[in-house]
Amino acid sequence: MSDARTDIFARIREALKVKAPKPHLKAETSSPNTSVAAKPWLPDGGETAEDSLLILAEQLAKLKAVLIRVPDHASAAKAFAELATTKSWKKVAYHGHELTRPLAATLTCEAWEADASFDKQKLEGSDAGLTTCESIVAQLGSILVSSRSSGGRALSVLPHVHVVIAEASQVVPDLGAALALVKARHGTDMPSMLSFITGPSRTGDIERILVLGAHGPKELFLILVG
Amino acid sequence: MDNSKAIFLKEATVNAADGVQRAFISKALGGYYTNRDLQKARYRDWERARDAASMAKWSAVNDLANVLEKFVKNFERNGGVVHWARDAAEARDIILKIAEDAKAKAIVKSKCMTSEEIHLNDALEKAGFGVVESDLGEFIQQLRGEAPYHFVFPCMHVKREAISELFTKHLGTAPTDSPEELTMIARRHLRQLYVDADIGITGANFLVAETGQISITENEGNARLTAALPRIHIALSGIEKVVNELDDLSVLLPMLATAGAGQPMTCYNTLYSGPRKKGECDGPEEFHIVLLDNARTRLLADPEQRDALHCIRCGACLNVCPIFKNIGGLAYGTTYQGPIGSVITPHLRGLKQWNHLSGASSLCGACTDACPVRIDLHHHLLHNRRNAAKESPTLFDRVFHNGFNFVIKRPWLFAAGGRIFRASLPLLQKLPLPYMGAWMKTRDLPKAPTQSFREQWKHDHV
Repeated sequence: MSDARTDIFARIREALKVKAPKPHLKAETSSPNTSVAAKPWLPDGGETAEDSLLILAEQLAKLKAVLIRVPDHASAAKAFAELATTKSWKKVAYHGHELTRPLAATLTCEAWEADASFDKQKLEGSDAGLTTCESIVAQLGSILVSSRSSGGRALSVLPHVHVVIAEASQVVPDLGAALALVKARHGTDMPSMLSFITGPSRTGDIERILVLGAHGPKELFLILVG
Repeated sequence: MDNSKAIFLKEATVNAADGVQRAFISKALGGYYTNRDLQKARYRDWERARDAASMAKWSAVNDLANVLEKFVKNFERNGGVVHWARDAAEARDIILKIAEDAKAKAIVKSKCMTSEEIHLNDALEKAGFGVVESDLGEFIQQLRGEAPYHFVFPCMHVKREAISELFTKHLGTAPTDSPEELTMIARRHLRQLYVDADIGITGANFLVAETGQISITENEGNARLTAALPRIHIALSGIEKVVNELDDLSVLLPMLATAGAGQPMTCYNTLYSGPRKKGECDGPEEFHIVLLDNARTRLLADPEQRDALHCIRCGACLNVCPIFKNIGGLAYGTTYQGPIGSVITPHLRGLKQWNHLSGASSLCGACTDACPVRIDLHHHLLHNRRNAAKESPTLFDRVFHNGFNFVIKRPWLFAAGGRIFRASLPLLQKLPLPYMGAWMKTRDLPKAPTQSFREQWKHDHV
């Protein structure tokens, strides 16, 4: 008996001997090319950086994520320290990075770098996780984190609150631009995980009623510098 | 009558008469319609976006062998292990073997309809492995011992009181009528399970050939945790989930969220390429993917309905289907409910036993209009009816068609038949006709004309 792989490929090749018609398209252009970077039919991500920031702010508000805009890194650290005090955090885990370290340094509670091999239990017991990100998508209000930019896979999803520190220059207009940037930056050596985070974790499984913080963070803060 | 058909008819009859439950489902879907319309309005041209989404899937499905080969090559380059399964039994065996080799004590799963299709949980439990569903809706359905009601909203038919009782019974928690509190109970209960599990099993929404990544869409964060904490990650996916380029996702991910749940983007859309890399602090040591055929190639071999393999499982066709809304998801008795389920189930499980689903449609076309990848759903239901009549005509089909054929070729017989029918119409009014009872109870038959159409024509024109 031949192996499953060989059989499945044989079945596919046999099946595709008969061609299928192209789908009935509505648009006048005959063959839409999905790899054209700008897709003027998707939701708008803004033409200029300024437009994009406005759209981003609107999207984040709708998603119940909190955007904190600050002029410089010193004010970012101050805003983060205030957040920690207001929320009475006792333990904060962070990804070691030049953007995060000054913020972690201002904390009066326990702050630990979660980049080395860590204790899952300790991470679960942390009130907040502080990470950087790869980019931010204005069009959809999504924050792209990766296992490289955000201290692995769990730091951005296991602690009860997720805080992202980023610079305004990291905002890109749309999802296509964010994916192109990922390819340009990592090529064939992708981080093992890339995740578009769009608002705090949520579920509507009980009577389709929205509840935040299903399994991931209940709250999501984006501190945007510049 | 086949068992699946008998069950379907019985369930559908009971559920369609349950006004309270129907109102509950309508209310649950009300919020979805509002949000979906709001999000669709943000698209500068929704129809053009549907074209692009449809073409992205069309080009991958119609070049499946090459695209799949490319995906596998890149997936393996990233350090993942690929397994092939011709059918459900092979897929179950592969996963059982991985679990046995790993001496797994606890398995956590995120939502994966393909695993429902192959009845994975039963197989794992029978082999002695504890397996817990982590998606809230699936978790509730697992505790209830019931299949998902809707492949995107698994427990949308269950009232909060019932969930509260369920949690009290199984988890020993205090009763509550707050969805928020019920969600937190599940959150607290499941968190420790992610930490303790050896194996995490997920599905896959898209397989990206260009980069060898798999894309998983979810709202709760349970799939993120399932793929982050356990030592082994197994993804189970149908072979048709492949797309050519990473950029295809810039269209498909937002459209999946908007069509399926009325969101701009689902909360977590995650791309995985391989196990933990050198220099990364967490993530699984092993990453396996099980690529499943299970009759998908049979559907692929039908060029007329091949586009049903474009389905991205958003569930939009269920949400707008008058049949689904009236009979509910469990009546179908299938892994995939609603219009898309009615189209593909006869291909996946046999036309003879499942053709009755082709009739579970008013042919209104709402499903086809709602589909973000333009699957011609309601016409495929007609195609299945035609194919079923050709492949294995029922006794009624045979008697009726042969009889009609015989009569229509003999004008004198046709005329005689007409005369007898017209004469006996008043009598028919009084007889209890088979299948017509409900109709005749409140209606009278029209009076028969004295002449047939042909007689009238002859009289007036010749």
